[in-house]
Amino acid sequence: MNLLLIFIGAALVNNFVLSYFLGICPFVGVSKRISSAVSMGMAVTFVMTITAIVTWLIYHLILVPFQVEILEYVSFILVIASLVQLVEMFIRKISKPLYETLGIYLPLITTNCAILGLALFSVLREYDFIESLIFGLGAGAGFTLALVIMAGIRQDLELANVPKVFQGAGITMIVAGCLALAFMGFAGI
Amino acid sequence: MARKQNSLTYEVFKGIWDENPVMVSLLGLCPTLAVTNSALNGLTMSMATGFVLLCSSLMISLLRNLIPSQVRIASYIVIIATFVTVVDRYLAAFDPVQSKALGPYIPLIVVNCVILGRQEAFSAKNNPGRSLLDSFGMTLGFTAVLVILGGIREILGAGAIFNIPIMWDGFNPWMIMILPPGAFFTLGILIALVNLINERRAGR
Repeated sequence: MNLLLIFIGAALVNNFVLSYFLGICPFVGVSKRISSAVSMGMAVTFVMTITAIVTWLIYHLILVPFQVEILEYVSFILVIASLVQLVEMFIRKISKPLYETLGIYLPLITTNCAILGLALFSVLREYDFIESLIFGLGAGAGFTLALVIMAGIRQDLELANVPKVFQGAGITMIVAGCLALAFMGFAGI
Repeated sequence: MARKQNSLTYEVFKGIWDENPVMVSLLGLCPTLAVTNSALNGLTMSMATGFVLLCSSLMISLLRNLIPSQVRIASYIVIIATFVTVVDRYLAAFDPVQSKALGPYIPLIVVNCVILGRQEAFSAKNNPGRSLLDSFGMTLGFTAVLVILGGIREILGAGAIFNIPIMWDGFNPWMIMILPPGAFFTLGILIALVNLINERRAGR
């Protein structure tokens, strides 16, 4: 039950993009087509889940026993950067088509704040191993959901008559605001 | 712009308007939206970001000929993360209230694209003096946006600025402005305003 709550909390109630503002850069940049939004979401979910596992292990098995929690940020970001590299090589080896779909988005994930944010939040909330794992999955699902909804709206927006000064980033922000408003409704769950 | 493209003053001033990191390049949106529910939070955040930006620009432009290009991004991130740890510890020690208010967004400066973007685009190719000026300008631009955004949201959402009430007695605060949607709406409108002003200037 607790695990389900964590999953729903991360995916809907406290959606990473729309209520924590993490991962806004790809949200604005990539979410122009539904297909690339889905690929990006998958890549991020994948890296998020692995990051949640690995950073938990590093924090609780290395940093805490040796009392060097101060190295938290340096070690987390290095882990994420090398994980992304590793995942990229691994995907290229096992599945060529998947690599070609995700390819260009993978390096971008390193500087996606949602990934580091996830690692920091699970330390802050003192999640145990399984909880961190579920938290990672939920956050990834929430990110994908927000990205796909946004891509759908923006595809329709291309046909809409938007005032000139609002075109591009301006209207994206307004739409994101409306989405955030809608997602606030989940707070009742 | 009449100013010479490579003069030293241009390096500073381009960050404020022409190449404003938030408004024009759309970098560093996460902290911009997340912490600007009050002007004070915006100011603290931009001070912290500015410190990290200045220090890491100096460091990286000094080391620019020593870092092999294959591992440059990883090296930049380690340098940035080190300075972020410094800021985080400093805030936790001297301003625990603000440190708590900003929570995980201080450590998230590590992945602020403004910082990494400036290192890659500027400090890695220019001498330390020039990089410092560039970072200083970017910090000013970033600070301006965060404080204005935080100010607008605080005035409308809480009827105060820097925690000093300024609105009339019967003023009913717009709760929505300090909640997440307010951040998106305000930034969207600000971006549109910047576009409008640029258009006017170009048309003249």
